[in-house]
Amino acid sequence: MRQPGTATAEIGLRINGLALQMPVGSSLLEACAMAGAALPTLCFVEGLSAVGACRLCLVTIEGQSRPQTACTTSVEEGMVVQTSTATLELWRRLALELLFQEGNHVCAFCVASGHCELQSLAARLGMDHPRYPARRPLRGVDASHPRFLLDHNTCILCGRCVRICAEIEGAQVWELAERGGRTRLVAGLDQPWGTVDACTSCGKCVAVCPTGSLAEKGLTSGEKRPDPTLAAQLKPTRLEPPLEPPAWRSEARGGAGEIRR
Amino acid sequence: MRAQAVGCLGLCGSGPLVALDLETGAPASTAPRGLEPRRHQRLYGGLAAEQASDLIAIARWLVAQPPGPLNNDAISRLHPHQLDPDLPFFRSQRPLVLQHCGWVEPDSIASALAMGTYGQLLRCLAECSPAEVRALIDRSGLRGRGGAGFPTGVKWERVAGETGTPKLVVANGDEGDPGAFMDRTVMESDPHRLLEGLAIAAYAVGADRGVLFVRAEYPQAVAQLRRAIRQAESHGLLGASIGGSGVGVTVKLRVGAGAYVCGEETALMAAVEGRRGTPRTRPPYPARSGLWGKPTLINNVETLAAVPAILAMGAEAYRALGSGRSRGTKVFSLSGAVRHTGLVEVPMGTSLRTVVEELGGGSLPGRRIKAVQTGGPGGGFVPEHLLDTPIDYEALVDLGTAMGSGGLVVIGDDVAIPELVAHGLRFCAEESCGKCVPCRAGTVQLLTLLERLQAGGGDRGREHTLFRLEELAAMVQACSLCGLGQGAPRPLLNSLRFFRSEYTAPPLPGAAR
Repeated sequence: MRQPGTATAEIGLRINGLALQMPVGSSLLEACAMAGAALPTLCFVEGLSAVGACRLCLVTIEGQSRPQTACTTSVEEGMVVQTSTATLELWRRLALELLFQEGNHVCAFCVASGHCELQSLAARLGMDHPRYPARRPLRGVDASHPRFLLDHNTCILCGRCVRICAEIEGAQVWELAERGGRTRLVAGLDQPWGTVDACTSCGKCVAVCPTGSLAEKGLTSGEKRPDPTLAAQLKPTRLEPPLEPPAWRSEARGGAGEIRR
Repeated sequence: MRAQAVGCLGLCGSGPLVALDLETGAPASTAPRGLEPRRHQRLYGGLAAEQASDLIAIARWLVAQPPGPLNNDAISRLHPHQLDPDLPFFRSQRPLVLQHCGWVEPDSIASALAMGTYGQLLRCLAECSPAEVRALIDRSGLRGRGGAGFPTGVKWERVAGETGTPKLVVANGDEGDPGAFMDRTVMESDPHRLLEGLAIAAYAVGADRGVLFVRAEYPQAVAQLRRAIRQAESHGLLGASIGGSGVGVTVKLRVGAGAYVCGEETALMAAVEGRRGTPRTRPPYPARSGLWGKPTLINNVETLAAVPAILAMGAEAYRALGSGRSRGTKVFSLSGAVRHTGLVEVPMGTSLRTVVEELGGGSLPGRRIKAVQTGGPGGGFVPEHLLDTPIDYEALVDLGTAMGSGGLVVIGDDVAIPELVAHGLRFCAEESCGKCVPCRAGTVQLLTLLERLQAGGGDRGREHTLFRLEELAAMVQACSLCGLGQGAPRPLLNSLRFFRSEYTAPPLPGAAR
């Protein structure tokens, strides 16, 4: 964000017709917020790496054939950006609809109701009823952790927990596993969360979870109070990806870490 | 008399194949040579092991050339197996990438060297600067053969222009499109050609490390390439100093773990680094920040395998093949409802009709050709009446399909297009990496809607379901993070353009289509 009084090089761009200046290296997401056109996001959280997974912050950039995720795009001189065309709005609603129908979201019984980012975005973007057939997948609940609960039914696979655990706590407890509609969050080496030694029980994943999927135990409907600003207040501990290639031994002498079948 | 275990002879549908050839005694090491198409003298297909003695008898007779006909039962027994080496399937090809397939022994570097492999690499190191090699590839008009068709010369130039070190070159051998087996054949039948192309690319962009990424479903390719790397290193053709030139490239091989999406370049690199194989947004492109954040050139196997041929024949001669912005030759794997199935290499600009009807010999008896599927699960269908479309990146995109990596599946009139589309969608839904919402959840809902449509349209009728289907298809195509999701709705949208009636009024089960 722009710091008053600091002499940084600035980039000029236009967002929804409004001309503005942003410091070099700013993301388009920051620029849109600055232009008064804050974009909806679910996978993005300030302080963590941007991955462009939820596709809600898609914007159109003049001269580019397909829409781009603002969270992963850096501002460039002369960019002309539209954040809110009828098509973009439709696509955002469709993405939310897909998310609602992919899992088992019942707001009335959810610990996060009233403080759920998925719920509030649906209200904000006018996604009042999903039209796709509900998938009603059979998903479980992991109650093995002494303090926290993982409810796979409301997990939207945004990966915030994966990133805050790896990038800030440095514990790397979480990872997504499998593919397609079977994709799910796993703790450790696909173990019950409570048995994963690497977990420090810091609760950062719970704080940034946008839905009721990760929550403290003992809460009832609407009692969860997440803190999505947590990541921005803390210092990163680990950089992804590792910056140095490994020692490069030739194949002929037997490369390291080879998968043999 | 010598028996050689060679790789693919091309006409896969008639395999196993045996070729009998008289050796001409021409000097074996005059590189570059053999760019002219060669044809086998006698070909036999669909043979069983016990027919070996008959083959030997015929080979003996061919070698001795006694006057008069061979009065032997061998001929009559093998007659039904004899194939005409002058079939248009062979005659109409222009093998450059596949130049040595079916001639070279894949497990012998001596055989590869005798065919002139590595000759262009050594010549390049001795005579050309890296910039000259890049300029030549640029002039040749070569474009990425993995499907996207990005100009290879431009990509090489970008990697060369990066200042980070070390630089890496990756050969993408994660060929996963259903009905595609072009790269597999190159890797299994002529592994040294790929290594030569990779080493030339490394020299051209200033990389000293190479990675071959090969899918685990190709164990034969993995074994051949591993052996080939060992052989090339012991011959000083890979490793710290190629041919004593001081320029080196050390090559490693990585085996995929079964994910289709790892053919996407950023997912591939994540997998090589040992992370979960999911794509990431670009930029940064691999040229700037690739493997381990280093400048990385990533090319498809066929692209790299075309490089030695381009150097041998010259950029202008290569460019003379093809038309428009599509130059050189392209390898296709021809399968489906066609008489001759197998691997063909033809100049760009050849019409699909030529490939299907001339080389492929037309439809199977009793069936008519309805369409040709190009571009795999991210491509589409070219209907029969448009088969005169040339093989050209842009022409195919104009029809709502794509060049893709080279799978050509001929669809007979006994196949319902929506069923095929559902099959492709099921594949994409299954293989979606799960990272982005439109692809992970959208492909699943597209499939659900399509199944509802096929079952009559559901409560609100066909037209409504069709509208919802097209709305979502456009969203998944526009909003997905990588080519898998962006391509997944393409067969649906393309077939709604050419075969809409099959969606709005599907024929009764069992009725002629």
